Amino acid sequence: MLKGKTALITGASKGIGRAIALDMAKNGANIALNYIGEPNEAELVRRLILDENVHCAIYKCDISDFNASKKMVDDVLRDFSQVDVLVNNAGIARDNPILRISEKDYDDVMDVNLKGSFNMIKHLYPAFMKSRTGTIINIASVCGLRGWQWQASYAASKGGLISLTKTVAKELAGRGVTCNAIAPGLIETDMTAGLNGDNKSDFVASIPLSRAGQPSDVSKLAVFLASDWASYITGEVIKVDGGLCI
Amino acid sequence: MVFEKIRTVIVEQLSISEDKITLETSLLTDIGADSLDIFQIISNLEDEFGIEFSSDVVTNMKTVGDAVEYINANANK
Repeated sequence: MLKGKTALITGASKGIGRAIALDMAKNGANIALNYIGEPNEAELVRRLILDENVHCAIYKCDISDFNASKKMVDDVLRDFSQVDVLVNNAGIARDNPILRISEKDYDDVMDVNLKGSFNMIKHLYPAFMKSRTGTIINIASVCGLRGWQWQASYAASKGGLISLTKTVAKELAGRGVTCNAIAPGLIETDMTAGLNGDNKSDFVASIPLSRAGQPSDVSKLAVFLASDWASYITGEVIKVDGGLCI
Repeated sequence: MVFEKIRTVIVEQLSISEDKITLETSLLTDIGADSLDIFQIISNLEDEFGIEFSSDVVTNMKTVGDAVEYINANANK
């Protein structure tokens, strides 16, 4: 479905980003893999991607840093010649009631989740405009649609990301570029592993499909949105939440 | 030369031939650039000449000659 395309995926060394990188590679895409954490995790993903007989390169970069993210985009465009798919997946959470959210925690979440995605879009914007084709996929959250207690900064950042998605979709539609958001519900990753047992089982009980999602539930949709099959879809926010928000 | 550099930026952005661009060329009406193209061309000119174009300057810039005049007056200040 993605043969010949190049995808730049942020936060791709683990969790949902890792699943998206692997699934896109399985479908023929070359992968520019961004990460900020453990080099060993990124290298492992790179090896798995190379097994799919596609190209892959790793870029360590804090996407919330405007200049560093610009340099990374320039490096990716130099190495791969083009980027057809941008997946803004990198994200962090600092869950607490607002009463306990520090200014730094709030800023950190907004800087990575929202400003980081903006940085990536801004730096790739000229390339997308010039090529007159491309797809941007923003990994949002159902929190950004409905709000969630103890997730003020996370929910605000994801709500902002959804608005950014719709704005980019309108701005770049005339250039043949699509932009959509995926809003996952509870997905089993390192980020949600911190939920304690009681909270998690209560949460799962409220999901109509009676289970937490897997990263592959999200990555399959990302592959579809990145493919030519989704070329007439833009500005959409698609929930992958087991019916949580019905 | 400023004009030649501007012409190169426009040609690369719009994929049109050089001979369509003169000092009298209107960016919006003569060569099919839309507002997004104009902003991209302005960004590229800012990078090329190391100067900033304020919103007022962009709004009042009608022709390629206007861009040449502004850059000649403000570059290397």
